[in-house]
Amino acid sequence: MPGEDNLFHHAVRLGDDALILAQRLSEWCGHAPMLEVDLALANIALDLFGQATFFLGLAGKLEGQGRDANALAFHRDVLDFRNCLLVEQPNGDFAQTIARQFLFSNWQELLMREIAAAPEVRLAAIGAKAVKEVTYHARYASEWVVRLGDGTEESRARMIAGLDWMWRFVDELFDSRDGTPSLRPEWDARIARTLAEANLELPKPRRAVLGGRAGHHSEHLGHLLCEMQFLPRAYPGAVW
Amino acid sequence: MYTTELKDKNAKAAPAALAAEDPERLAAFEARVASDDFIEPKDWMPEAYRKTLTRQISQHAHSEIVGMLPEGNWISRAPSLRRKAVLLAKVQDEGGHGLYLYAAAETLGTSRDEMIESLHSGRAKYSTIFNYPTLTWADIGAIGWLVDGAAIMNQVPLQRTSYGPYARAMVRICKEESFHQRQGYEIMMAMAGGSAAQKRMAQDALDRWWWPSLMMFGPPDDNSPNSAQSIRWRIKRETNDELRQKFVDVTVPQADAIGLTVPDPALKWNEARGSYDFGEIDWEEFYAVVRGEGPVAKERMMARVKAWEDGAWVREAALAHEAKRSARMAAE
Amino acid sequence: MNKEWPLWEVFVRAKNGLSHKHAGSVHAADARMAVEAARDTYTRRMEGVSLWVVPSAAITASDPGGAEALFAPAQDKVYRHPTFYTIPENVKNI
Repeated sequence: MPGEDNLFHHAVRLGDDALILAQRLSEWCGHAPMLEVDLALANIALDLFGQATFFLGLAGKLEGQGRDANALAFHRDVLDFRNCLLVEQPNGDFAQTIARQFLFSNWQELLMREIAAAPEVRLAAIGAKAVKEVTYHARYASEWVVRLGDGTEESRARMIAGLDWMWRFVDELFDSRDGTPSLRPEWDARIARTLAEANLELPKPRRAVLGGRAGHHSEHLGHLLCEMQFLPRAYPGAVW
Repeated sequence: MYTTELKDKNAKAAPAALAAEDPERLAAFEARVASDDFIEPKDWMPEAYRKTLTRQISQHAHSEIVGMLPEGNWISRAPSLRRKAVLLAKVQDEGGHGLYLYAAAETLGTSRDEMIESLHSGRAKYSTIFNYPTLTWADIGAIGWLVDGAAIMNQVPLQRTSYGPYARAMVRICKEESFHQRQGYEIMMAMAGGSAAQKRMAQDALDRWWWPSLMMFGPPDDNSPNSAQSIRWRIKRETNDELRQKFVDVTVPQADAIGLTVPDPALKWNEARGSYDFGEIDWEEFYAVVRGEGPVAKERMMARVKAWEDGAWVREAALAHEAKRSARMAAE
Repeated sequence: MNKEWPLWEVFVRAKNGLSHKHAGSVHAADARMAVEAARDTYTRRMEGVSLWVVPSAAITASDPGGAEALFAPAQDKVYRHPTFYTIPENVKNI
């Protein structure tokens, strides 16, 4: 069914966004600035791994070719990953990580609200559960943007640099072809509100970098997948 | 085990003179402890009790935090989504356990920053098991099965340790710990029953982690001078050798059940004792690792110090922001 | 050494009908952070709780009290629970 195929790709996009971001966040485990922050980032990562498992699992069912979430996560190469470029960006320092989370989670929250109302019942169920989780992620990240933006001179400089790094990947989220343009105005308002509270300026508009939704990623994804997929690929057929 | 009586550098060998302190209060304190009552933060306590407990609890906390590193090493490479999430949850739990324990230690009057400084400077010790490297995915199974298994053995009796905040932290920790051990054993089970390559990894992991796990229970009883007082004060419930024997007796059948061989040629069931006889531990290795010469001790400390130093600007920023916010509100 | 984040005491109401019980402490720079840290640290396995955080310095104590907090396992994140793992019957003590 033509509708199903679009739904498959849709579920893959949602799953890949969550998977790649979770993989990035879990790199902080044991290395965060404070123990309490370590727990918080791990919590967000766990929520996202959960979402990834559900979305990719559903994608596999929709595809109907016997691929489950693990097959999709561990046995596709870069051209078949459909995550946005934003989530595969490196962690950098804590400000860069927060910038990525801030921009992504505020969008993902709006998106999951829509997904929760989707006609496809199984998709809607995953979205409904995700809304609660992502509301917290967005709030957590926004609070840190304010602390860092309006903290010390150093934290302010780093927060500006973090947002500057990530800003070229924003337009992809709202791309008219495979993004969610209708969510842009509300997202813009949220971002502006937090940045104002943080005493930060809106980053200058710049040329968008696109391609993630079509499988054309940054150089980072190849390395990330190398690490993530090593064991299943080195030991084909093994059960863990 | 995380609480092996590893002395801090520069610590005096014997506890401070007990008799010099108020003899009536001391007697009352000892009576309370002997009757299984709990000591709470504002109660009078001998200085030696406070010092010993602060050291033991903070050592335990440091162990949990450093313990996040060998397992954290494999989160990005976990071979399935479920294994990845479970491992991340386990490592997060360990961070949480460290947090509970730092919180308990703080009630004795030492700040968390002081304890962290002590760890980073090398004065404070932590369980040396974490100074061994994790080389394959099977190591993650071995750690959960053996290291957490050993920890559980020590921690269960500590739920009735004399100091209230410590006992409560231990209750919380014990509830969370059994999932940790089961996930590790399940990994070993899957690999031992898997392909030849997986079975080889599982056996290799057991070969490398068995003896260090036995060392977790600390020096032999005849080399543990503070045991008697710690037991009287209910800081320690059983001796090192007792716990070590229990661990062997419980774990060997678990290895047998999945077809793995414990790397001890002297291991033998002793019908008369109803226990396993086992080989001699390499005490030279034990004391070398305790001295700080474990294979990846440098890496572990470097990682912790780096995380702390790299995070300084973040911690400062949060405080600076709150100060600004409070000032603004006060001005209104 | 840098200034430390202040210490906050955490009180958790496990479910409606029960009162808040002291669970431990967290370090946080502000109240918002303290509540979130308390949630991440002391309620990882349960839903629907109420959390109070109080700066430790604000507490006046006469006598330490507080019983242990008892947890009802959460429905979600079931991999935290020992019962999720299938260990063969013949394997003991795990």
